Amino acid sequence: MRPAAQHHPHVRALAVDGVSVTLGGRRILDEVAFTVQRGQFTGLIGSNGAGKTTLLRVILGLQRPHAGRVLLAGRPRARRNRSIGYVPQKVGLDPDLPMRARDLVELGIDGHRLGIARPSPARRELVAEMLAAVDAERFADSRVGRLSGGEQQRILIAHALVARPQLLLLDEPLANLDLRSGQEIVSLLDRIATEHEIAVLLSVHEMNPLLSVMDRVVYLAGGRAVSGTTDQVIRSDVLSGLYGHRVEVLHVAGRILVVAGGPAATNGSPDGLPGAAPLPDAR
Amino acid sequence: MGWLIEPGFFASAQVHTALVIGAAAALVSAVVGVFTVIRGQSFGGHALTDASATGGSGSLLAGVNPLLGFVVGAVTAAGAMEAIGVRHARGRDLATGIVLGASIGLASLFLYLDTTATATTGATQQILFGSIFAPAPGTVPIVAGFGAASLAIILALYRPLLLTSISGDLAAARGVPVRLVGLAYMLALALAVALSSLAIGAILSTALLIGPPATALHATRRAGRALIGAAGLGIACTWIGVLLAYDSAHWFSDGNGLPVSFFIVAVIFLAYLISDLTTHRATRRSTAAGRTGALVGDRDPRAAR
Repeated sequence: MRPAAQHHPHVRALAVDGVSVTLGGRRILDEVAFTVQRGQFTGLIGSNGAGKTTLLRVILGLQRPHAGRVLLAGRPRARRNRSIGYVPQKVGLDPDLPMRARDLVELGIDGHRLGIARPSPARRELVAEMLAAVDAERFADSRVGRLSGGEQQRILIAHALVARPQLLLLDEPLANLDLRSGQEIVSLLDRIATEHEIAVLLSVHEMNPLLSVMDRVVYLAGGRAVSGTTDQVIRSDVLSGLYGHRVEVLHVAGRILVVAGGPAATNGSPDGLPGAAPLPDAR
Repeated sequence: MGWLIEPGFFASAQVHTALVIGAAAALVSAVVGVFTVIRGQSFGGHALTDASATGGSGSLLAGVNPLLGFVVGAVTAAGAMEAIGVRHARGRDLATGIVLGASIGLASLFLYLDTTATATTGATQQILFGSIFAPAPGTVPIVAGFGAASLAIILALYRPLLLTSISGDLAAARGVPVRLVGLAYMLALALAVALSSLAIGAILSTALLIGPPATALHATRRAGRALIGAAGLGIACTWIGVLLAYDSAHWFSDGNGLPVSFFIVAVIFLAYLISDLTTHRATRRSTAAGRTGALVGDRDPRAAR
């Protein structure tokens, strides 16, 4: 059973408002601002070290921003906020962990509480519903640490969803997955965003697997971000402005490649100036 | 039954005390130990046993109940390990090694002083290999108190402990105070180690902490059952060990039995060995019979982790 669809198609689940983070004297995030709506699938794209994990940690409240704020459903986030579902990067589950996949999902209901959970039909039903939502009934009774990478990812998503969050954050969920498992996870998340009316924000260093499902893009480079639809953001002029030097966006066989340089690269590029205006398209 | 249980076993007050203390130490160690194994902190647990040896040998010098010495030693070391730095596995390893080395050094000094002061080797035997048959007077109520405290911590923090054992990030994102949970767990671990130091000796208490949980984790996919299984197994191994030690006095003409710690540890080791062999055989058989992924939960070889 799905939750009754709430007909607020553009309710803001998350607003990141001028967030800056400096760690060890280095600017990791520089006035990052964007919003994420419920029911939408947003890709957070950036290369390694662009600040994706730091940004997710700020949204989760695990990292305090030095400037700016994070609004959840229009309100400032509480210190311990549980309305965000989170799938961390590289969860190394021990193969001998005494836990079935369904136990890990159940721990998502109230794993932060003291004491031992009393089993109830309602809990079992909720867990079964989530296992069905991520298509994981087949291996629900296996030891979770012995599942494949893609299967573990599904269970972690169910764990994050079972508390009915409005926002689901995933940190590099496609890393270490083979191509097919990756595509399956992406279409699963797309379906979840629509069916459960929640906002999905997912970080990747490679955007192509997301092209068919992304409603919006947050593109992060050097700590700064631009956001919008794919067509608005993934353009040579916009990304050159973000990077502060000339980059080309190439469409090759249905894939998008962002490459450095081009003949005009040395022509008066405003190197590294924050807030630089996008360069005029050289073509 | 006469050959199995020598006469006088059930009538002996010493045996009663040993069975009660042994059961308490085994129960607490097993419950805490399941999390020690899950969290991969066996080495940390072992360092605490050495620290409890320091405390125990110091307590003899000071003339207080060794159990209090065990507790003070282990709790102090747990605090020191947390303070030195435990952010990463590597830092934790180093902190553990430093505490462990310092503890053994101090224990060797205290034990030397103990033996020169009393001119017997009884102190070394008592601290390192336990005193389950002849605990200091008033020990049983202290055992009950510390045991209950340790169990209460684990049961209260059951779900957050599982969550932090899976992933610190995951737990922190749910609002679990990961550091605090880790600290409380270390306290429970220190108490468990102190109890089993009393039962089977400071340097052997790792066996009670790790053996039964490791065996139980072979047999079940569920955390709750692992706790119950480990507790039952720990108590059974301890009682069998006590029985064998009692019986062993009748095996030799001079009436001197073999040490109870040896028997308890030997039974624990045998139990682990048997479960390891049987699970390996079961895994092989199911693999040979074709893929039974849903039952055995083997990893799909096609997908990289």
